[in-house]
Amino acid sequence: MTEKNLLPLKQRMQIERTHMPEADPLVRSRNFEEVNQGLRTADALTEASRCIECAKPGCVVDCPVGVKIKEIVALIYAGDYLAAAKKLREDNSLPAITGRVCPQENQCEGGCVLGKKGAPVAIGNLERFVADFERTSGQLGLPAIAPSTGKSVAIVGSGPAGLSAAGDLVQKGHRVRVFEALHELGGVLIYGIPEFRLPKSIVKGEVDNLRHMGVEFETNVVVGKSVTIDELMQKEKYDAVFVATGAGLPRFLGVPGEHFNGVYSANEFLTRINLMRAYQVTEYDEPVYDCRNRDVIVVGGGNTAMDAVRTARRLGARTATLVYRRSAAEMPARAEEVKHAQQEGIEFRMLTNPIEFLGDEKGWLTGARCVKMELGEPDQSGRRSPVEIKGSEFILPANVVIIGVGTTANPLIQSSTPDLKTTAHNYIVADPGTTRTTKRGVFAGGDIVTGGATVILAMGAGRKAAVSIHDYLTTGVWETAAEAQAWRVS
Amino acid sequence: MYKIVEARSVGLNIKQFVIEAPRIAARQKPGQFLILRLHDKGERIPLTIKSADPEAGTVTIVVQAIGKTTSLLNCLEAGDSILDIVGPLGHPSEIEKYGTAVILAGSVGTAMALPTANALKQAGNHVIFIEGARSKEMVVFEDEVRQASNETYMMTDDGSYGEQGLVTKKLNELLAAGRKLDFVLAVGPVPMMRAVSQVTTPLGIKTMVSLNSIMVDGTGMCGGCRVLLGDKSKFACVDGPEFDASLVNFEVLMQRNAMYRDKECASLKQFVQNKHKEVAQLRAELAAAEAMTKGEIHD
Repeated sequence: MTEKNLLPLKQRMQIERTHMPEADPLVRSRNFEEVNQGLRTADALTEASRCIECAKPGCVVDCPVGVKIKEIVALIYAGDYLAAAKKLREDNSLPAITGRVCPQENQCEGGCVLGKKGAPVAIGNLERFVADFERTSGQLGLPAIAPSTGKSVAIVGSGPAGLSAAGDLVQKGHRVRVFEALHELGGVLIYGIPEFRLPKSIVKGEVDNLRHMGVEFETNVVVGKSVTIDELMQKEKYDAVFVATGAGLPRFLGVPGEHFNGVYSANEFLTRINLMRAYQVTEYDEPVYDCRNRDVIVVGGGNTAMDAVRTARRLGARTATLVYRRSAAEMPARAEEVKHAQQEGIEFRMLTNPIEFLGDEKGWLTGARCVKMELGEPDQSGRRSPVEIKGSEFILPANVVIIGVGTTANPLIQSSTPDLKTTAHNYIVADPGTTRTTKRGVFAGGDIVTGGATVILAMGAGRKAAVSIHDYLTTGVWETAAEAQAWRVS
Repeated sequence: MYKIVEARSVGLNIKQFVIEAPRIAARQKPGQFLILRLHDKGERIPLTIKSADPEAGTVTIVVQAIGKTTSLLNCLEAGDSILDIVGPLGHPSEIEKYGTAVILAGSVGTAMALPTANALKQAGNHVIFIEGARSKEMVVFEDEVRQASNETYMMTDDGSYGEQGLVTKKLNELLAAGRKLDFVLAVGPVPMMRAVSQVTTPLGIKTMVSLNSIMVDGTGMCGGCRVLLGDKSKFACVDGPEFDASLVNFEVLMQRNAMYRDKECASLKQFVQNKHKEVAQLRAELAAAEAMTKGEIHD
């Protein structure tokens, strides 16, 4: 490091947080181009100079994958962006993605000491800055690959958990092959998160990096249908399997009228738009309901619901309304998404819940019968639970309703792998520390274990899996020391 | 990329393809389907699998040109490739010894019903196969149908081949003659499946229908293919495609299948006007994709 930040701490703390340049809300709400434009170099340097270099950095502690943020910020300050990117890649193989989609306010930035009195260091924006710098520089700091171990790992699913595990395992010298059910790689990063938040070219770039590192990919394979876990291990001779199939089936509300034409799951609506590019109507074949001059309602309060409602706005909806049964304070969506949605003219109807969908005689949706809610006692999630207000029914006109209230486990792998233990809700049982399942050689992580969560948590599970898969492949020991001990005693 | 090793016309606008798809061929069972996509801007469409040859690593599908994608697909020949194919999807048909099993299939639905008919026959059922078509040019696979059944009837709407009338006419005749029918499977257009169900359900005959709802991913992820069974929603891709006919709400299925009709018609019209250009473009794109994926392993 050549240049150290010599500014006294007091002065550093007086520097204001820099702002991410954003596309004009009026313009961007009519196109699919990326909203955030990336920090300019000068702003990145200013932002990096705000870091007070804590002895015990809270940002690192609160990062689910333990990115060495303090060292990276110092490298940015020193102007060595490529070194910063390389340091970033030691713990995070998809930095251009997490720099865009992580809920930083609850993680690294939430742990930043500056946030106690003022605004935390814009760590997410800096992360994106170095990742984008590296990508456009053409000087990729790809990590070294260890000599071949002769072992091979099958990874099921090419979403964030699968990709990060693949990156780590290939570095250790194992042969890694990723199986993807869809025709395009990236899982939720491709079919779920819209172009305006995460351009597909970024995901493609990260996948290509993994390819250059030696990871093999095979699309159009539904493990559980096209091939089973047992076949992968016995016939195709994989020494270990990592199941990272992600969240599964969309949850519907179970209210009358959900079959009307115009009612979508957020998964379907977003898949048509993102994976199948249905928004480019004249060029692409896959259709989607023409939202132009129509009324669109999205049900839910998470990032998926937010993505869906902002997508509907971009498709030309006359009204794009988010309906959520709790209040704004309980919404799980990232703060930035809520802010962007508000700027784009999304209407928020909090404490409102649909109880029936209405349609015409030809089966087309015409509206949603809703009730007003109020907050009662805290529920299992710790959030105050919504209670219906009697006699508060009203009808919201709608041509399209998109249900974004979460997912349930996809059963395809579990049902074809009888010795894989599952929970009552059909999620795969895996040890939180090691990601080991009840089946020898099979590991699982991400949404298929935890239920719907975030990209970074899935990546964290992928990294954890890589560590224990590597252990298992090198030692051949499946049982933990404690288990082996228990085995000997019995 | 999945190579087409054989392509031949088997009826009016109906073509049979044998395609290299070793993973699907190894695991396919009667009643299952696959999803394919022809080019980078193409839609994903579900098609049923007629048969598979695990040793050769090939699957056979039968395609009736109805919309843009099926019309474009039917322009392809042996030596061409299909960009993406995934499968086998859905639950296989339940094969049991029922006694007398009647299979009613409409035109291209015959291709899908054939493997199930074969399996039912092998399981010791007396299989009655009633194939229906609009007219003679659309009667398909008669020889295979006769082999897969103990009793065979060919029906055409206009009487140009076999007997004149709908498949339900023959079904009613069998019932009127006092035949005891233990199991019925109907595969074809929704109105036909509904008509069959209206005959057999009141009589308490176990009746299955194979539903062709609109799908995207085929793995349960999108829920677009949901069908109403009584007051329950089920996904045709992972819970089906075969369902107990007595529970199926056929009106809702028809309404949902009509959801994109305007766009589908516009797409088809545009395709018909630019057919040669579109086919040439597709071949150019496939050649480019093949060049790109060279070096990558594609089982």
